[in-house]
Amino acid sequence: MSYEVVETVLFVLFAAIALAGAVTMVWAANPVHSALGLLATMFAIAVFYVLGSGHFIAAVQVIVYAGAVITLFLFVVMLIGVDEAEDRSERLPFQRQAALLLAGLLSAAILVAGSGAWVTGARNPVEPQGTIEAVSDELFGTWVLPFEITGLLFIVAAAGTIVLAQYRSRQRDEEQA
Amino acid sequence: MIVTPGWYMALAAILFSIGAAGILVRRNALVMFMSVELMLNAVNLSFVAAGREVGLITGQVAVLFVMVVAAAEVTVGLAIIVAVFRRRNTASVDELATLRG
Repeated sequence: MSYEVVETVLFVLFAAIALAGAVTMVWAANPVHSALGLLATMFAIAVFYVLGSGHFIAAVQVIVYAGAVITLFLFVVMLIGVDEAEDRSERLPFQRQAALLLAGLLSAAILVAGSGAWVTGARNPVEPQGTIEAVSDELFGTWVLPFEITGLLFIVAAAGTIVLAQYRSRQRDEEQA
Repeated sequence: MIVTPGWYMALAAILFSIGAAGILVRRNALVMFMSVELMLNAVNLSFVAAGREVGLITGQVAVLFVMVVAAAEVTVGLAIIVAVFRRRNTASVDELATLRG
């Protein structure tokens, strides 16, 4: 089989998985099911990265998103309890219908706006190979300053998380006093 | 049939819209947060498709940066959700209406 046929089959298969996972994430009443739907979508997107020759970011996608982020979500779901009794009644009338209508309109608008020109710029027949070496050459060459700033961002985020985790409610302090 | 970058971009647009619908429809702060992650992933997918079409590795570097910022955002966001839950005992954003005039 030629590469094109393989790519078409894989695209159709994993696009179906990605869409099913995304819809599951939005509609599932149980937050655990939502997280698992998101996990399926993340894995499907990793497959798309491999198809687009992004081998390194596909590995990062699986490790960071499917591994760390989803695990963090599941931890928080377990921490605050699985709340299946989400009140699905809305305080504003017709809010849900309006939301679905707006989302459909957004989707249609993006598709119509993009159907003319998805990609602008000179077309290069050479496909970039996203190996670790190629990505790191670009990352630590052109983008080394933004990379350092993300390091700073991470320190701030970690410090902020620790501060938030140390929060104690006033009530509990009074009980202890 | 050849899969063009347009196919990936169309899929990314649909995933983005599903994420936006999730934010508009759901009231559970956690699921809304997952919807944000889905939207970020959809944009990442379009970056990779565009980079492949133009033949530049920059698209993949941009994806790496988005992932880094998203990871930082997830830690802080989940910490905020947990802190709100400890104070209010709910994860529903409808209950958090203290600022309502």
